[in-house]
Amino acid sequence: MAELSNAVDIANAVRNGSVSAVAVLDQYLARIDARESSIHAFNLVTREQARSMAAKVDADVKAGRDPGPLAGVPIALKDNMCTRGVPTTCSSRILDGWKPPYDATVVTRLAEAGAVFVGKTNLDEFAMGSSTENSAFGVTYNPHDTSRVSGGSSGGSAAAVAAGFAAASLGSDTGGSIRQPAALCGVVGVKPTYGTVSRYGLVAFASSLDQIGPFTVDVRDAAVLLEAMSGHDPLDSTSIPQPALSLQASLDRDVKGLRIGRITDLPGGSDSEVEARLAESFDALAAAGATIVDVELPSMKYGLTAYYLIAPAEASSNLARYDGVRYGLRVDAADTNAMYMATRAAGFGDEVKRRIMLGTYALSAGYYDAYYGKALKVRRLISDDFARAYQKADVLLTPTSPIVAFPVGAKVDDPLSMYLCDVFTIPTNLAGHPAMSVPFGTGAHGLPVGVQVLAPTLGESVMFQVAAHLERVAPGGAK
Amino acid sequence: MPETPQARISPDAVAKVARLARLDVTPAEVDRLTNQLAGMLEHFADIDALDLGAVEPMTQPYPLVNVMRDDVVKPGLDRDEVLAVAPAAEDGRFRVPPIIGLEG
Repeated sequence: MAELSNAVDIANAVRNGSVSAVAVLDQYLARIDARESSIHAFNLVTREQARSMAAKVDADVKAGRDPGPLAGVPIALKDNMCTRGVPTTCSSRILDGWKPPYDATVVTRLAEAGAVFVGKTNLDEFAMGSSTENSAFGVTYNPHDTSRVSGGSSGGSAAAVAAGFAAASLGSDTGGSIRQPAALCGVVGVKPTYGTVSRYGLVAFASSLDQIGPFTVDVRDAAVLLEAMSGHDPLDSTSIPQPALSLQASLDRDVKGLRIGRITDLPGGSDSEVEARLAESFDALAAAGATIVDVELPSMKYGLTAYYLIAPAEASSNLARYDGVRYGLRVDAADTNAMYMATRAAGFGDEVKRRIMLGTYALSAGYYDAYYGKALKVRRLISDDFARAYQKADVLLTPTSPIVAFPVGAKVDDPLSMYLCDVFTIPTNLAGHPAMSVPFGTGAHGLPVGVQVLAPTLGESVMFQVAAHLERVAPGGAK
Repeated sequence: MPETPQARISPDAVAKVARLARLDVTPAEVDRLTNQLAGMLEHFADIDALDLGAVEPMTQPYPLVNVMRDDVVKPGLDRDEVLAVAPAAEDGRFRVPPIIGLEG
């Protein structure tokens, strides 16, 4: 794998005029031209838009105006984020031909910070999946081994950074969809606290869980991107009324004296090498003077059940809007009801249909209390478990994924085994907490392993402090 | 259809849910979905063992209050731009097939 430049270095070089944004962009476009056909990270490469954005950054520099902290940084956007006039598909046929009439807030904020958008990345349809195999437009392959998956649902965004097609990218994380592909592709991926990054213009999957976050080549870049896109947005009613996060100061802070929680009843079944990397990450933090404390999260093992009832229930409601009336695809029929049913049958893929069915069932009369109602109570138990654990520990560490990148096709016929990929990431979303994946050595077949750092609500500073240390001491990177 | 011993959902229930969700499904899809949903619901039965009587449901992670924006006039989305990307439009509105069925 090529040495990847980080976003901070690119922005510094562009801002001080030592390189032009157009020249930076050309390097990234050349890598896309060379390898995209074997990776398929993108649904669309926005070449012309990128060139004009880069040219504007260069014009600003020439005129003595500061283009911003992400000056000239090539960034890829998950294709479930609205971009005005640029197709936004969610990797679904049901949005065929649709172009959003507005930009997502994150798109606006990154553009204002000087970013250059190189394209829209592939995902599991409507972000439902853990492998980017459920896309209407084909699989995204792992840049470390193209016979394997990139993870999901933000597989295209993870692969784009790992392959050097973009210096950074955005994903969305509902149950692990940023962190798991980041781990499988050997890059940094952050799911911030629910409400810190505006979701205005993010196509909704499960509204009480969805959160936008960055993929980057290193921890500092992730901090810089989050600083640029976080902070209150009046257009998102779930946005926390507070200023943007301030994270860079915590990166060089000593971890001495921090309390690092080890979950003693962590669900099993991880690869032995994944468990070994996790043990090494605890050792490294202990060696630096942190204290390892044991915590219990007895309800964590029920997270999968709570999530796979709550997320489909919310999805079945959110996806009701795709009815052939306002966006994209319509299959004509004699009356509106027949048109809805034919359009949705033709437009949605199998996994989306499965989750709409599951969610509709869990919400339907006679089953609401037995499924959805119970799941909401389990969600409370998990949140209470975390609250107890964070009285004893500042952060918790787990593997991000129990396994390294698996072969394409290995799990497509067994939805439940696919869902198990998210066992360590889901509880964070249920609680609304931040968590991030940091590359930490390799596992089976020399493939990347990620360690997950979890923190309580708005605990991003200590999370980045620990992540930055793990990055400094991580065993040699993936091949 | 291969019968799971503890099947928690019937093909009839699956067909009914598909109608509620406005999804046309073929008989083969009903069979496949019945099996897959039954398998999942079987797994999800793990929470049946929990005593949840006194637990307060948690609907979302952050304590929210009703959010109102200031009552000032602001431009909305451009109507022509919105209608231009709709499947069908007429006279400044979305055009749909007849709402009432044509049969009978």
